[in-house]
Amino acid sequence: MAKQLMRGSHVIAEAATRAGCRFYAGYPITPQNELPEYMSERFAQMEDATFIQAESELAAINMVMGASMAGVRAMTSSSSPGISLKQEAISYMAGMELPAVVVNIMRGGPGLGNIAPSQQDYFQATRGGGHGGYRTIVLAPYSGQELVTLTMKAFDLADAYRTTVILLGDGLMGQMMEPVTFPDPIDPATLPQKEWVLDGARGRDSRFIVSMLLDPVQMEQFNWKLARKYEAICERETQYESYLLDDAVLAVVAFGTAARIAKGAVNRVRKAGLKVGLFRPVTLWPFPGKELRALTRTIKHLLVFEMNFGQMVEDVKISVGEQARVHFHGRPGGIISTPHEIAGAIMKLIYRTE
Amino acid sequence: MPKQVFKRPEALKDNVTHYCPGCGHGIIHRLLAEIIDELGIRDKTVGVPPVGCAVLAYNYIDVDMGEAPHGRAVAVATGIKRARPDLIVFTYQGDGDIAAIGTAETIHAANRGERVSVIFVNNGVFGMTGGQMAPTTLLGQTTTTTPGGRIALRDGYPLDLSQMLAVGRGSVYIERTAVTSPKNIIKTKKALKKAFQVPMNDLGFALVEVLSQCPVNWKLSPVEACRRVEEEVVKTYPLGVIKDTTEKG
Repeated sequence: MAKQLMRGSHVIAEAATRAGCRFYAGYPITPQNELPEYMSERFAQMEDATFIQAESELAAINMVMGASMAGVRAMTSSSSPGISLKQEAISYMAGMELPAVVVNIMRGGPGLGNIAPSQQDYFQATRGGGHGGYRTIVLAPYSGQELVTLTMKAFDLADAYRTTVILLGDGLMGQMMEPVTFPDPIDPATLPQKEWVLDGARGRDSRFIVSMLLDPVQMEQFNWKLARKYEAICERETQYESYLLDDAVLAVVAFGTAARIAKGAVNRVRKAGLKVGLFRPVTLWPFPGKELRALTRTIKHLLVFEMNFGQMVEDVKISVGEQARVHFHGRPGGIISTPHEIAGAIMKLIYRTE
Repeated sequence: MPKQVFKRPEALKDNVTHYCPGCGHGIIHRLLAEIIDELGIRDKTVGVPPVGCAVLAYNYIDVDMGEAPHGRAVAVATGIKRARPDLIVFTYQGDGDIAAIGTAETIHAANRGERVSVIFVNNGVFGMTGGQMAPTTLLGQTTTTTPGGRIALRDGYPLDLSQMLAVGRGSVYIERTAVTSPKNIIKTKKALKKAFQVPMNDLGFALVEVLSQCPVNWKLSPVEACRRVEEEVVKTYPLGVIKDTTEKG
């Protein structure tokens, strides 16, 4: 298929459709409105797909929950304040082990904040977000093409592990236009059968999907079951990118938009002869901590760059312990750093540590 | 051979319910199961129970069921129904669930004319949590959070959700019934059946509000509780058809 120049939000919507998503419910919030708008038009042309503009973020995610119970690949999208509202249902879906894809096009916060690109929801996304101690897989795309692959992968992961998968982007990822190619669409009928869906007790006993387990013994057993599932996800699904790290003395650690900017900065300082590379977590949960720790055999300085005042940096510190010095450069509130700024931070660090 | 004239409906599981003595839920569950049997829809029905006393409805009603967060039942039902239009989808909700925390979901589902059936069991209190004031609590009624009785100035007025839902064009059938006497129970069954048939015939949103008795939280005997519904509760929430535009469609 030929390359198309497309806006990030549209790319996510198209990739979701091609992944076999047939249910979308959402509520308007900037900077992700182009996603539901695209979805409304795309689904209107399909007989087996449902688009609903819900009355609230709560209703939207609960509609997704219902569609997921019925066995359909379902998605909702929003931006930071809206994602906070969806947390109740995400927790319920963790308890019910229902697959869903939730797109968070992050903006500056806290509160209503602004509509500028930010990474201020890292904690919320990677720590479950709602009540009850659960996890969601978190994917952090950093380019138009990765929006295609990770959106499609999100649906496979959600189904495989019966979990919510968060696609964590920001206003820049959502608005940026890049050339992308799409794989052929998946026919939902060809997807693996789900043995647990609510589709009427025809030729079988009735079943129910609930998160309530009043007996603490049962609840504990279920929690351990979740824990084992999360462990399996950590073992199998961790994804990251190493860029120019073989000879590096310093690694910038960044995800999403920040990683895109950092890559530009790394290229700049490389031109100046500095041995600097980039470590980019693609899955934020599971966090590629083992891989990062392995790097510290040769790299003793890590510069974490985030568009917040320090969240992923905590996971980096947990991962590397005393094996490397962890430095931080952050810009919260919706500020987009330039590669020049990050190159400056790298150089300042290198000349200080030498 | 003697002829069996009464038996447990197929759609009712052979379980002892957890409901308090004199509670209306058991009656309404049975009516639901009878209707599901009579319509022959047990194998294509999906129910969404509430958060509240009937949260365990899936232990009693023998159809596929999926839990919803408190108040969100109709949104979940919307997702199921839109994803699988061939299924028959109902919610079963108490007044705390549907008329307090779930008001928005319910109004908008009705306004969209979602093809779902809503069974709204109104006993005027939050039952499971111990009898706190609900939006539906009568003026002057004593609850654990209105110890001196509900006062409009402080607590607002009894909310007539069914009337509110009747205003929108998406709802086509809304009726209020009670389960205090054989006569009322028969009427309730008829209403519930219609509430299933309306979305099955693609006519729109249907809701039956069943005034139910909560002897334990009302601190009355079951008989006194039924009398209270018939003599007091109906003054604020009159029984009867609130809206029926099914013939027009």
